Amino acid sequence: MTNPAPSILPGLGFRQRFPLLALILERFVLSIVLLFAVSIVIFGGLEALPGDFATTYLGQSATPQAVANIREDLGLNRPITTRYVEWLGNAVQGDFGTSWASKNSVSEQIGKRLGNSLFLAGFAAVISVPLAVGLGMLSVHFRNRLPDKIINVISLAAISLPEFFVGYLLILFFAVKFGVATFPATVYDSMGFVERLKAIALPTATLVLVVLAHMMRMTRAAILSVMSSAYMETAELKGLGAFRSIVKHAAPNALAPIINVIALTLAYLVVGVVVVEVVFVYPGMGQYMVDAVTVRDMPVVQACGLIFAAVYIFLNMTADILAIIANPRLRHPR
Amino acid sequence: MNDYTKYLASRVTAGGLSRREFMGRAMAAGITLAVADKLFTESAEAAEPKRGGHLKLGLEGGAATDSKDPAKFLSQVMFCIGRCWGDMLVESDPLTGAAVPSLAESWEPSKDAATWTFKIRKGVKFHDGKELTIDDVVATLKRHTDAKSESGALGVLGSIKEIKADGGNLVLTLSEGNADMPLLLSDYHLVIQPNGGVDDPLASIGTGPYKMTSFEPGVRATFEKNKDDWRTDRGYVDSIEIIGMNDATARIAALSSGQVHYINRVDPKTVSLLKRAPNVEILSTSGRGHYVFIMHCDKAPFDNNDLRLALKYAMDRETMVKKILGGYGKVGNDFPINNTYALFPEGIEQRAYDPDKAAFHYKKSGHSGSVLLRTSEVAFPGGVDAAVLYQESCKKAGIEIEVKREPGDGYWTNVWNVQPFSTSYWGGRPTQDQMYSTAYLSTADWNDTKFKRPDFDKLLLQARSELDEAKRKDMYRTMAMTVRDEGGVILPMFNDFVNASTKQVKGYVHDIGNDMSNGYVATRVWLDA
Repeated sequence: MTNPAPSILPGLGFRQRFPLLALILERFVLSIVLLFAVSIVIFGGLEALPGDFATTYLGQSATPQAVANIREDLGLNRPITTRYVEWLGNAVQGDFGTSWASKNSVSEQIGKRLGNSLFLAGFAAVISVPLAVGLGMLSVHFRNRLPDKIINVISLAAISLPEFFVGYLLILFFAVKFGVATFPATVYDSMGFVERLKAIALPTATLVLVVLAHMMRMTRAAILSVMSSAYMETAELKGLGAFRSIVKHAAPNALAPIINVIALTLAYLVVGVVVVEVVFVYPGMGQYMVDAVTVRDMPVVQACGLIFAAVYIFLNMTADILAIIANPRLRHPR
Repeated sequence: MNDYTKYLASRVTAGGLSRREFMGRAMAAGITLAVADKLFTESAEAAEPKRGGHLKLGLEGGAATDSKDPAKFLSQVMFCIGRCWGDMLVESDPLTGAAVPSLAESWEPSKDAATWTFKIRKGVKFHDGKELTIDDVVATLKRHTDAKSESGALGVLGSIKEIKADGGNLVLTLSEGNADMPLLLSDYHLVIQPNGGVDDPLASIGTGPYKMTSFEPGVRATFEKNKDDWRTDRGYVDSIEIIGMNDATARIAALSSGQVHYINRVDPKTVSLLKRAPNVEILSTSGRGHYVFIMHCDKAPFDNNDLRLALKYAMDRETMVKKILGGYGKVGNDFPINNTYALFPEGIEQRAYDPDKAAFHYKKSGHSGSVLLRTSEVAFPGGVDAAVLYQESCKKAGIEIEVKREPGDGYWTNVWNVQPFSTSYWGGRPTQDQMYSTAYLSTADWNDTKFKRPDFDKLLLQARSELDEAKRKDMYRTMAMTVRDEGGVILPMFNDFVNASTKQVKGYVHDIGNDMSNGYVATRVWLDA
């Protein structure tokens, strides 16, 4: 890309010949290493938690006999390193073992739950990302005028309310008072697509309200900082229309931070919606993990932890790579 | 009409009693034939159970980790689900708590109550069309009593030595006499499954009024009516949907918007708000669950009975019930039994808040300085508030309590049963014997007050195999007095089960056995349009 004829410069290595590819590969390898480190932290951290599965699961109905049976059955008496290596080996192949509590396959359960979470997150993202970026540009265009101020006040208000409160307000008005929305947002296998969309209307609205402000304000800030640079002045001086100069010249240069905040928001939508899932009784990953933590169902907690970490790392990596592609200067670190 | 006949009439109204059963019991209660007859007709006409409709329950206590295997039922949701599709050998009477027939038609103990013969009902079909046989019953009990079993009923059935079929009868041989044996078989884990569920414990095939049509752990379960149900006095709605809703606000929102017909676990703090919703009815039932402050009798300073008495007298029970339970509960009397148990020892003087007596005993104990009480929100709802309230009432008696709030995570492992003075919760048990055996027998694993009294143990074992009810009641009275006056438990209150439904739900039976109409709510109610 930077050098069209590598054969003329025989002394150059891979990095010089394909700097972009090299950077991407580097990020990728780094991500894998990071994920591996996270897996150790997850496993070790859970090991260190107080209380073990056998007693927690059986609660007051536990007899020492039943506790011993369970510990024996699960192989909890073996050393931690053996269990870790075995777990990681299987997890790499997509096998997260069986849940200690329900004896169901964790991978199968997660497949379903992750699908639900991604559905909700995806739907919220499809609505919120264009909306946020659009509103951000709009508020730059009208900066310090009424539309900008309205957008700012509303988004600030939305970001200040915790998501469960936003959720409860929506439930109160749309489900209890007016009775127009479906509640609870429980989705299940035999549900049709349209029914599903109806069911997730309220949680989606909550998520959109919660994440909108962050992305929108970041878009606004990023574009504004570019707007104050010399070449934007040039654009203005050469008579370019205000909106056109924002879209054509400012926005592309502000892409990197915008992509970053979008990626983080997406990650949040998948990983951080535990509260929203609980409030709306939505069977996603968050709810699944909370249930598992309560009874110390380790295979499930570990699998959820690893997947959450993977989602974060993957989206961050994607954001970095996209930022590099969007901004050629980043390809040549000084 | 006394309470009992009123209750019988309401059972008729609820469709829970046949004419014949009603007449028998009403006349046994001293009502003449003519009056009983009239009463029955009136009650039956008052609200003929309606059949049909789709019942939706929003329940707390389900989790993604729930198992369909009855042996591993643990959560409230699974408790309720099991009652929909399965039957036990024995049920408990909603009003008296006594054992009543289910899949076992009748039973007979030997003189020492160590051998029990159960006659198994004939002509009952499983959901897959197979007829229930004695072998299924034997296999079920064997699965739950296997030493390797992870069954929640393993502890309850510990004394069963031999399970065998004798013709059409089930014969249980126990290692020691137990007059409560039939009641123990009403444990919700002991669902009778084809071949005991050995082949497929997760199949959810039973003899109950509903067949399971779908199940997603922690999310949702659906049922359709079992057309071949062997009983006609239950299973009024056509289909049931149970939705797991662990968020209290979500449950309340779902009920008040009419999206579900029934919810469990209504927080006493929000009851008054929920009452304002026009279509909502609060269903509060006395229960056996109790909140406790436990002192280890074998650790200083609690090894001194005067100090224990001082701390008991310093407890303001009335305020506790009012503030912590919102009035939805009854005061306790420092022993773990209340009048929902059969053979409840009546007439024991109620211990009241008495700062003077507390101060007297405190002084006599010779203890000085503060007493450390550990608590947590997970001990029971409002646990920390209760500890602070107690701190206040102790202050007036000159006793200084230091309240330490412990993290909820690991509370049951690191604090309860380990630290000498803490707050805790007990869910109650089907029988007095079981309650005492679980928590007050010297050798019990969960003897959380470290109450070790050979005379008490001896009496407990004697009462267990005593078939004469009067003698047995007397023994339970002595035991209650011992725990009350010398034990390590401060028991300020029994909490009610507080649930709520929409007004369409009729025929709700307030069952003293356990929460949610002893789990039978879905099979006992009907929907009025």
